[in-house]
Parts: sequence; C-alpha cells; structure tokens
Amino acid sequence: MDTKYRMHLLVCGGTGCIASKSSQLIQLLKEELEANGLEKEVQVISTGCFGFCEKGPIVKVLPDNTFYTQLKPEDAKEIVAEHVIKGRYIERLLYVNPETQEIIRDAKNMGFYRKQMRIALRNCGFINPENIDEYIARNGYSAIAKCLTEMTPSEVIDEVKKSGMRGRGGGGFPTGLKWEITSKSISDQKYVVCNADEGDPGAFMDRSVLEGDPHSVIEAMAICGYCIGANKGIVYIRAEYPLAIKRLKIALQQAKEYGLLGENIFGTDFEFTIDIKYGAGAFVCGEETALIHSMEGLRGEPTIKPPFPSVSGYLTQPTNVNNVETFASIPVIILKGSEWFASIGTEYSKGTKVFALAGKINNVGLIEVPMGTTLREVIFEIGGGIKDGKKFKAVQTGGPSGGCLTEKHLDLPIDFDSLTAAGSMMGSGGMIVMDEDDCMVAMAKFYLEFTVEESCGKCAPCRIGNKRLHEMLTKLCEANGVEEDLDLLRNLSVVVKDTSLCGLGQTSPNPILSTMENFYEEYHAHVFDHKCPSGQCQSFRRYYIDAEHCIGCMVCARNCPTNAITGVKKQVHIINQLICIKCGVCMEKCKFDSIYLN
Amino acid sequence: MDTINIKIDNKNFQVPKGATILDAAKSVGINIPTLCYLNLHDLNTINKPAGCRICVVEVKGRKNLVPACATECVAGMEILNQTVRVLNSRKTVLELILSDHPTDCLICTKNGHCDLQSMAMNLGIREIHYKGEQSHYIKDTSPAIIRDMDKCIVCRRCVTMCNDVQTVGALSAINRGFMSVVAPAFEMNLEDSPCTYCGQCVAVCPTAALTEVDHTNKVIRELANPKKTVVVQTAPAVRAALGEEFGYEPGTLVTGKMAAALRDLGFDYVFDTDFAADLTIMEESAELLDRITRHLNGDETVKLPMLTSCCPGWVNFFEQHFPEMKDIPSTARSPQQMFGSIAKTYFADKLGIKREDMVVVSIMPCLAKKYESQREEFATNGNPDVDYSLTTRELARLIKQANIDFDSIEPQDFDHPMGESSGAGVIFGTTGGVIEAAVRTAYEVFTKEKLHKVEFQQLRGMDWIRETTIDFNGTPIRIGIAHGLGNARKLLEEIRDGKSHYHAIEIMACPGGCIGGGGQPFHHGDTNILLARQKALYAADKAKVIRKSHENPAIQKLYREFLGSPMSKKAHELLHTQYFDKSNQVEITKD
Amino acid sequence: MIPMKISETSVAKIEEICREFDNDKGELINVLHKAQNAFGYLPEEVQKVVAQNLNTSLAQVYGVVSFYSFFTMVPKGRYPINICMGTACYVRGAERVLNEFKGLLKIKVGETTKDDKFSLSSLRCVGACGLAPVVLVGEKVYGRVTLDNVQEILDEYKETVPV
Repeated sequence: MDTKYRMHLLVCGGTGCIASKSSQLIQLLKEELEANGLEKEVQVISTGCFGFCEKGPIVKVLPDNTFYTQLKPEDAKEIVAEHVIKGRYIERLLYVNPETQEIIRDAKNMGFYRKQMRIALRNCGFINPENIDEYIARNGYSAIAKCLTEMTPSEVIDEVKKSGMRGRGGGGFPTGLKWEITSKSISDQKYVVCNADEGDPGAFMDRSVLEGDPHSVIEAMAICGYCIGANKGIVYIRAEYPLAIKRLKIALQQAKEYGLLGENIFGTDFEFTIDIKYGAGAFVCGEETALIHSMEGLRGEPTIKPPFPSVSGYLTQPTNVNNVETFASIPVIILKGSEWFASIGTEYSKGTKVFALAGKINNVGLIEVPMGTTLREVIFEIGGGIKDGKKFKAVQTGGPSGGCLTEKHLDLPIDFDSLTAAGSMMGSGGMIVMDEDDCMVAMAKFYLEFTVEESCGKCAPCRIGNKRLHEMLTKLCEANGVEEDLDLLRNLSVVVKDTSLCGLGQTSPNPILSTMENFYEEYHAHVFDHKCPSGQCQSFRRYYIDAEHCIGCMVCARNCPTNAITGVKKQVHIINQLICIKCGVCMEKCKFDSIYLN
Repeated sequence: MDTINIKIDNKNFQVPKGATILDAAKSVGINIPTLCYLNLHDLNTINKPAGCRICVVEVKGRKNLVPACATECVAGMEILNQTVRVLNSRKTVLELILSDHPTDCLICTKNGHCDLQSMAMNLGIREIHYKGEQSHYIKDTSPAIIRDMDKCIVCRRCVTMCNDVQTVGALSAINRGFMSVVAPAFEMNLEDSPCTYCGQCVAVCPTAALTEVDHTNKVIRELANPKKTVVVQTAPAVRAALGEEFGYEPGTLVTGKMAAALRDLGFDYVFDTDFAADLTIMEESAELLDRITRHLNGDETVKLPMLTSCCPGWVNFFEQHFPEMKDIPSTARSPQQMFGSIAKTYFADKLGIKREDMVVVSIMPCLAKKYESQREEFATNGNPDVDYSLTTRELARLIKQANIDFDSIEPQDFDHPMGESSGAGVIFGTTGGVIEAAVRTAYEVFTKEKLHKVEFQQLRGMDWIRETTIDFNGTPIRIGIAHGLGNARKLLEEIRDGKSHYHAIEIMACPGGCIGGGGQPFHHGDTNILLARQKALYAADKAKVIRKSHENPAIQKLYREFLGSPMSKKAHELLHTQYFDKSNQVEITKD
Repeated sequence: MIPMKISETSVAKIEEICREFDNDKGELINVLHKAQNAFGYLPEEVQKVVAQNLNTSLAQVYGVVSFYSFFTMVPKGRYPINICMGTACYVRGAERVLNEFKGLLKIKVGETTKDDKFSLSSLRCVGACGLAPVVLVGEKVYGRVTLDNVQEILDEYKETVPV
C-alpha cells in the first residue's frame, strides 16, 4: 500500500462484482473524495476478487479492516461522509451473520474468512492488479530474483519437490517432479505453458487469480522457465474471460517494461518471454495433450500418453504444463521455503487449495483452505450452511466428472487422496452444494449432458458411451426406467471409465457411480416405486383436481397448453393424465387452490 | 536386436525393445483384435488414433486399460489379454459402436469385407444392449465415391490417407462428441471438395462408409442389349489382384481366367488396356524426347521435367492443387481414354458400326477412372469414349452374380487387335512401371540403338520417392518417381521453386501405384499383398516375348493404318488432352 | 455448388489478420478469433480465405471451427443473449430462465430472432457463480436472474428507431 495515503478503500473489481456495478461505485467514490478534497489522503483501489462473491460488491477499508458488503453505487456518498470523514462505521452496510444476526465489522471475524489461509490468493483483494508496483511492494518478483541470483535450477526444483506441491489442475501430479522431468529432456527449445482454460462449470479460481494477481503467475512461469531451461512461456486462456485477458496483457506489458520479462532478467543471462493463446470453448482442452494440440491450431483432441508433454509437447518440444493456481503458489514456496509449505496440509497433500463454493450454499465464493480441512468446515463454517434453511444433501467436488459426496463424508479431511478414495476427486476445486430439493439421478444426468457436449469424439467409449449413459439417465428421469437399466448403467459406467482415452472419459461416469453408491435408494425409487423422491423429475408428477374445491371456472382448462383438462362450466374438471405434460400451469393459475400434486 | 522380457497372460516372452504391446504380442503369436489401427508397413503409413479402444489390455500397475496398439512395452511389463475385465470391455465398446451403426449387413456393399462385421463375429456379439439415438447423414454420391456416413465409425483411417499420405485435404474430422464425423468442409458434397477420387479413403475404410459408385447393373443392362457391341478393356493391375476375390493367393495372375470370364459375361470383345498402355508410351516418350531435344538445343520455353499423365487421380490433384503448373505434365491421355477413343474410331470403323452402337467398358483398379471417363473432353457429341469404368471389385461382383465358377474356368486369350500388348504395357500397373516402359522406348528412339537389358532395377521398389540417372548413350537422363500424392506434392513444390533437376517424373496417386488402387480387392492393411501384386506384374512382363511398346505389332499397325506417327495431328486429336484449373477459388468482388 | 464470393476489403482484412500471425497455420485458432471479431461470425468464404492464407485445407479449418463452441457460422443477433448453464447456475434455476427466454423470444438455443435483434445461446460458467443464475446480453452481466426478470431484461433493449 502506498504509505502517502492515510486510508485505502479497496473495491472488488472482479467479473462478479463488476456485474453488480462495482465500477460505478469506484467512480462515485473517487468523485466524492475529490469533492471533499480528500483525493490526496484517501486512495481508491480496484482490486481482484475478495472471494466473498455472494455479498459483492465489497469495499474493504484499510487500515481499520472494515468490510462493507452488497453495496450500491449510491452508497459512495455515505461511505465518504460517514466513514472517511467522520470515522463512523455505517452499520447497515456491514456484514450480518445469517445465523446469529450479529453484525460483524472486521473481515477477520467473519466465518467466511476465519478458517481460510491464503497462499495462491494472497494478493487477490489486496492489490490493484493493474499496477505492478503494488505486486512488487508485496514481495513480488523477489522469488525470481532469489532463484536467478542465489539458486541453481536444480536447487529450485529441489525446493519445489520438497514442498510437496501437487498440480492444482486436477491430476495432482507432483509439480517438482514434473519440472525435473522436463528439465532433463534434452532440446534446444522448451516451453512453459500455463493452463488457464478453466472449464469446470462452477469453478472460477483461475479467473480470479488472473484478474486479481496476474504477476504471481508471470513470475512463477519465469521461475519454471529458469528451472527447466525454457525461454518461452505461453498462457492458454479461455476467450470467455475478457477481464482476465485484459489484466494479463497489462501485467505482461508492465513486466516487460520493468525488465522482468525479456532478455537479461536481473542482470543474468536468463531470457524469458510470454505469449497468449486463446481457448475457444472446449472443456477437453483442459487435458494437457488436447491443450497442446489446440495451441498448435488443431482440434483439441487428446493423444495417448506417453509420450508426456514433458518429453514431447508443444511443437513436439519438451513442454511443462501447469495450471494457474499451481503457478500462483510457487513464488511463496520459494520465498517462505519448502519446509513452511510442507508444514501445511496432510501427509501427501501439502499447502492450501482454492475451492469455488457454489450451489445451494449461503456464502457462495472463492475460498482457500489448508489441505485437510473437512467438508463440514468448508460448507457450514466458511460457506455459512445451506441456503434457506434447507437440509444438506450432497456436495459435488471435482467438476463435472467428480463424484457426489454425502452427509457421511462431511468429516472427511479434504485432500487429493481422500477425495479419490471416496469416489470423487479434487479436480480443479469446484464444490457445488446440493440440498434436499435436488434429485441425484437428475444431477447425474445434468453432468452427463455436459460430458456428452464436451466429449471430443475421438474415442468410442466416450463418444458413444456417454451418450448412451445420458440416454439411460433420461429414461430414468422420464419415468421409463426398467430394472435392467440399472445393471446396464453400472456396467457401462465402469467400461467407459476403464477404456476411455483421456481423463474426460475416464472420469465422466463418476457422477453416476458415486450417486449410485451413495443414493441408490433414489435410483431404486425412480425404477421400482415410480417416483422421484425429491420431486424434481417432472415426469413423475401427477396433478389432480380436488373435487371439493373446484368451482368449474374453466381457467385451468383454458391455460392448459395441451388441452389435457376437460369439464363444463360450473362443474368439476378432470385432468387427463395421458395428455398432461406436468408443466404445472394449471396449479399456478387456479385461484381456488383446488389443484394438487401427489 | 535389443530385446526385453515381458509377461503376457502370465507367460514369459522376449520381445523386441520399443515394440508396442500389439506388435510384441503378434511377434509371439498372440492376437489382439484391432479396428481403427492401420499400419501399412512398407509404405511408412500408420493410423493409430487409439480411438476405437477394441485393442485394450490390462497392464498390471495401471489403473485403466491401455490400448495395445499405442502403448510401448517396457521391461517387466505384465500384460493380461484374456481377463473378464478385458473381454467385457471390448465387447461393451464394440456394442457401443454397433449401437450407432446400421445393422443392414445382409444388403450392405461391404458384406463379407467389413472389418466391423468380422469383429462382431469374432467377439461373439449376439445382442446390442445399449440402444439409443443413431447418427444420420445425407448420403453423398459423387462421380466415383459414395459417402454413407451413417456407417462411419470415426476410425480416422480415411483422414490419415487423405491428409497425411495424399495431402489432398478433402476430408477432416468435424464437429465433436457424438456429432463428430468425417466430412469435407461444411459437409459439402465430395464433388465440390478438392477430392481427387484417388480412392485411398475407400481402400482403407473398415466399413461401408466410403465405397465406390457401383455401375455393375448398368453394364449388365448394356450386355443384354442386342443392338450394342460391348467392348471391354482390362487394366494391367487388375489381373494381379482379381484372383484374391476368389480365394487365390495374392500375386496370382489370373489374366486368362479373367478374359474367359468376361467373355462368359457376354462382352463382345475382350481387350486389354495394356495395348493402350503401349500406345501411351509411344506418345508420351515421343513428347518427352521432343521436349528433351528442344531443351538440349537451347529452347528455353520448353517445360521440363515432363510429368506422366496416365494417372487420373494425379491429374485431378494438379488441376485442383497446382493449376498454375498444368502445362508441365505430358498431354498424353491415360491408357483408359486412349483405348476408348481408338475403340470408338479405328475399331468401330473396322467393325463398320457407329460409335453410338458401341459400348466401351473398362475394368480398372481405380476410382478416379470413373470420374475420368465422365469428363466432357473425352466425349464426342455427348457420347463418351469410355462408357463405364468398373473396379476390380465390381468385376468380381459381376462374375459372382453370373454364377461363373472362376476356379474351374479355362484361361483364354484376349481378342485382336486391341488385346495385344508388350511387357512394357503390363508393368504400367506398378509404381516405376510407366517410366520404365517409357525408357525402354525412348532409349531406342533417342539413341537409335538397341537396348539389350530392358529391366531397370533402379526404377523399381516401394520407396516413396526414387530417383536415378540413365545414360542415353552419353546424355544423362534424370528420372524421378513418386507414388502417393503427398510425395508427388514434394516433387511439384521442388519444380515450383525451381529446384527440380529431373527430365521426367512418373507419378502415381496411389501408394504402390495401380496395384494399390482404390478399386482393388481390400488389402485390410496387409502391404505384403501389394508387394505380391507388384511381383506378379514384373513376372508377367518377364514372360512376354515382346517387352517394348514400339515393338508391339498391333501398335505398329495402328500407326501405319490410322494414326500416322506419334504426335501427328490425328494422334493429337485422339490421344492427347488439355488440363483445366479446377482449384475452385473464392470469387473476389468489388465493394 | 454456388461459388463463394467475398469482397475485396474483407479479403484484405483477412490477409492482414493472417499476416499478423506470420501466416502460420499453427496460429489458426488465434486467426479465427480475430476474424470472428472482425466479421461477427465465420462464414464459409472467410474460412476459405483463411485456409488459403495459412496454406492449410479448408476441411481442416472447418474441422477446427466446428470443434470449438466459441466459433459460430451463424450471425448473432444485435443483442446476443447467453445463459450460463454451469452447475452453480443450473442448481439455482438457470434451465427455467433459459426456457423463459425461449418462450418469450420464440426461438431455440443457437437461433436468432427473425428481426436479427436477439440470438440465444447457452454457455458453461462465466465464473460469476456468486450471481447465479447469470445471463449475459452482449458483455453486460445480469445476476440472480428470476423468471420475472426475463421480460424486464428484454425490455431494456427496446429499439425506438427501427434498425
């Protein structure tokens, strides 16, 4: 923070908050400060994501750490008049704990932040991502300086290896080992690739890091380049992330101007440059070989490994691919040391992990916790529990090919291996919470719909198998399932997992297998009891007209899109179940509450 | 050779280091089924997307099954090929493939030749448990090839042939997921795409997704028409492959049986394209010598090297992809077309019939010949020189439909005069053969000396690009050979960049030349079959008394009676052609 | 086949884009991004000129265009509507929002209204899960969209002057 100011107003400028008009808020705050002649005393900073997206836009006031939530642009005047000028907190804009109704001023005391530990997200929400000086002020680029001037590449690799860091993109492959293999591949030209093609629906940690702290990724890529002997880096980023792209470009430009990219970095003979390549909307490009083919201008179809990219990757040269979050953690490991990092987390999963909490949860947002934190802590303490007081049913981790975990897994310490053992996976860290209203069969169907759409089509089990799985689930949800389907569903799920070419097909049946394991009774009910226990699957619904209350006004009959309701005026109407499409319009339109659902 | 020790199904084996599990298993006599995999060993062509997943095996220590075709053995690897897990996976995956494939096998063109069908039989599929939406596409019929993508299993063999081997670029995988299929850009018709009809996609397609346009019924109808004199010509490469359709060993020459069967089918005259091949050599070598002589005399306008032009796939290729170089190839028509134009003039005159009353049918190893016969420039008043061009496979079908017992039929000779040929004519069917035939004639014409050793081993073989220099009595003639259009492209680019040093280049579109043509019996990936066919053609040449085209008495007589000399006005009119820019450029408009 | 036509300036524009990437076919996806930016979509003739300039086959270009969901060969409406169908939005009712748009606009996903005003597509997660369900009109993000909001959103784009 620039010390010439007495006070800083940090305003979230992430995609989510901008959608909630945070840029107007920033503008008005600046105008208001100027109007009061305070622009030299108080600085307004547009930062990256604070993580607490549920309550955006957010303003955090430093040095007193006051945390204002859900602001509107018109609140700017009051913030300046009351907080900045008079030093009084504005109670109505402070966070209220939904359970205790207690008003909390300091972010430190909020359940959402209390259990978090921020390594990858250390600068998100603290610095202006478009100003390299702010990154440098928080020790930015000192890790690369240390590497270049005090350490040999193999010493850096050793440090990363000792830290126990595992790739945050999904596979969990030890990062140091990957660097070591790439460093040992002999070639004149090697590449460092940052995978920023975040495709998991419901995960947005990479976007947030790039929007909030792009320099940490740039610095780490350069460190990786130094270690493996590469002077070219490429960021492969989703074209759907315009703000992240813009900030990354600004950061690259600034780094170049400061001599932190280019030739003779820190006066050494190390040279490193970074280019950007754009994804174009293909989830499968998260798989490293598919990503590499996409960077080469081809269809993003994976190829069999080995050869691994570390040996033969982009343009057949040795290529080290890591994801955004992995890179963002590296500078901290170098500066604070591997021992410190390895002291956090569980035996085989070290450090922290960022999760994107979403779904039926009170505090939707981006969080970072030490590995080994339990699901219960994440969902109920940080996440603030289930929305609208409903009952927790399941949490889906690992994106579309993860599994659904349940009540019995709540005390599971989260790490790479525990999630896999429980039939799910870490993936990139998406966490979608579901409540009692969600049907698990329909959920599995939703995920399969995603994989069907995103399968590249190269291998038969993924191309056709997922399609058939989706069709079978549709059959179940549409009340047409038979006993045999359940066996076929299970067999096909196992075979698709076992025989698919890449990680997409090897995991896509996880939502089915995990829900069949944990919620078999729901599958059973769909087939044998002919009902959907959560009531989500429309096909099982039966609408009836209550003869006692129906006055025969004909409103329902007139509104029925399929003319399934018959009856004459002033007499009780009847719904023809064969024609009824269960849209529920009749129930909505009836003024006498005489239509009911079984 | 370095070897490593591995275990397959708990037995110890020593296998070559670096081998895939598939090759290692094969080397010790263990069969692993494959479907998308295609390895044309002698042609350095491999299609191994590891996409069909039929060849999956269990490897101890690996979480998932691995594809045997694309996984390298490492020392100590323990492979399981027979477990319930493996067998159930293969069957389930095959059922999936079949669930998106029509099951009209009984009436399918590929019935009995389909790799998918035999796989279903071998894996004992009796029921398809997984049912659901099937892919449907509009059937695309071009002059030579039919695309029926309902039957495509996305093995990508055709994509590999079209792009990597032939560099034609007509086909690509398009869309993704369940919607993915192989098609030209925008799913346009093949006819509108840069397709050359080389037919290599058809040659490798495991199912009936890509097949030839079948003209057998039309030919049967013509044969039954008493008003028509139906003349048939058979290309050199057909005789070395047709037998395979009747269970003969690859490389069995069935020339005589074929002629007899054709006569049984009711063809009025059974002739030989080899005759026209000799004629082609007369014209092509005359043109070559003309160009070389002018060049040696300092004429700088002369185009060298001269490229052969008897391969219609190749002609389509340069018209589509290198239109700016269309004046480099020889203007000589292909043997098929020379035959047609001579049959409908010289021979029709001899018979005293009108060309409209004659039907010329050709039996070709080729699909591009179908298109060639339909070219406007090869017709007089709308009457084509060659009416129908059938493939080797279609001829086999005709013979089978006519219930001719190919096994017991007695060999017969071709008819005169267009059935007589030299050994030079018969080697036209293999890569290197056309240029060898041309050299035999050009040498004697140029040097005016007798060539004693007619076999040029340095022109033979299967290497993609070959070159040699032949001493024409003090004048070194540099010759290049390429087969496969991708290799042709390399030589063309050399010419375009002014780096080519050849006088003459022979190009054949198909790997191996016509013996590997898109109309031949399916080799199912076994390149030994191509080698056997090649050997057979050289043996047929060796067995001939006359081995030089210009010594063919029927050819000499044709020039004496009808054409005059090579390159004469009449020869130009009947035996030469011109080429067109068919690159289909986008039209640029003013704003 | 109808021959493809393209204007001189369009060709010049494509050539310029391709040159920017050294006419390198490895840069095909970057080139297509820029071309789509310039033309709004990727019609056949644009792909053809791209293929010529990058010295690759048209089939390969189309193979790439048809693989990636970001590329479109259909012109979008003046106000392209994107409904996020990511998991977070799905569990918070995105499907019903999508159906409401379909019903009000009387078009399906991937289509454009007859007056070229609106086009409708779904996409996977824009990473604004805190605002689920999320709708984008052009670059403008609407969060926590309810069924009632749908008409309101459409009403924002009333055009007084016919375009």
